[in-house]
Amino acid sequence: MSVFAELIGHYNYFITIFLMMAGLYIVIARGNMIKKLVGLSLFQTSVYLLYVTPGKIAGGTVPIIDPAYSIYSNPLPHVLILTAIVVGIATLALGLALVVRIHEAYGTIEEDEIFARDGEI
Amino acid sequence: MEIYINAVLLTLLAVTSCAIIRQRSLFGVVMLAGTYSFLMASVFVVLDAVDVAMTEAAVGAGVSTVIFLIALHLTKSREYPKPRSAVVPLFITLITGFALIWGTSTLPPFGVADAPIHEHTTPHYLDAAREKQIAANVVTAVLADYRSFDTLGETLVVFTAGIGIMMLLRVRRRRGPAGGNEGEPS
Repeated sequence: MSVFAELIGHYNYFITIFLMMAGLYIVIARGNMIKKLVGLSLFQTSVYLLYVTPGKIAGGTVPIIDPAYSIYSNPLPHVLILTAIVVGIATLALGLALVVRIHEAYGTIEEDEIFARDGEI
Repeated sequence: MEIYINAVLLTLLAVTSCAIIRQRSLFGVVMLAGTYSFLMASVFVVLDAVDVAMTEAAVGAGVSTVIFLIALHLTKSREYPKPRSAVVPLFITLITGFALIWGTSTLPPFGVADAPIHEHTTPHYLDAAREKQIAANVVTAVLADYRSFDTLGETLVVFTAGIGIMMLLRVRRRRGPAGGNEGEPS
């Protein structure tokens, strides 16, 4: 029972780390730049999960003040992550603009081909 | 009950991330990333982060999918099979993953009310929101009334990114539309 309780208590962290490593694996192992950016956003989203998870209180409610409730989940991680999401989309859009430019200059978005062409010149 | 809903949604997230790794068509990858964002928004609702869930559904699943599709339209939509071996990346991710699991193993378990995170500054913000009646939604109160400069900095980052994108894409317009290699002056 205690092993099961331990597992269910840390399940959020296990999945967060799994998603993080999935994103890291895509960034390292895949040469396609758009796929790399998808991996990067996977990693980013898992960080949101890492922040929001400890703010939850079992039996608590959304942090909107109401006389009918007394236990609220922690609102501070939510504030931080709201900022992070907006900054994340800005960096993602900039990265994709760079990919479009690279595609125009090299005619490919595969990392290996770009390195090969750089070697020729 | 909510802990089990949470566990099911998280398992679905892990399955979606595996599908993203295996999918070779970039169009499929982008669609799966949208699914992933909606699942993540559902997890945020279960974790009581409704503001984050709304933003993730609108920005993560909506705007970023559209931006990815525009980028696919301007580039190629197929990923080549990779000749390079996957041993080194797998090794690196496994090592990092085990280090992170070891690091998080001493964190308080999910949903505990007396974890350190809930005892330091949070009661102050909750009491202030209750007494001063600034805004019923504490997230809004903290974001607008206590951390306005944070939001100002965030706007600055978005503005800078917008300028960067405009400059990158303006170079393109001066040289003519994409794909028109014949008429391009050398």
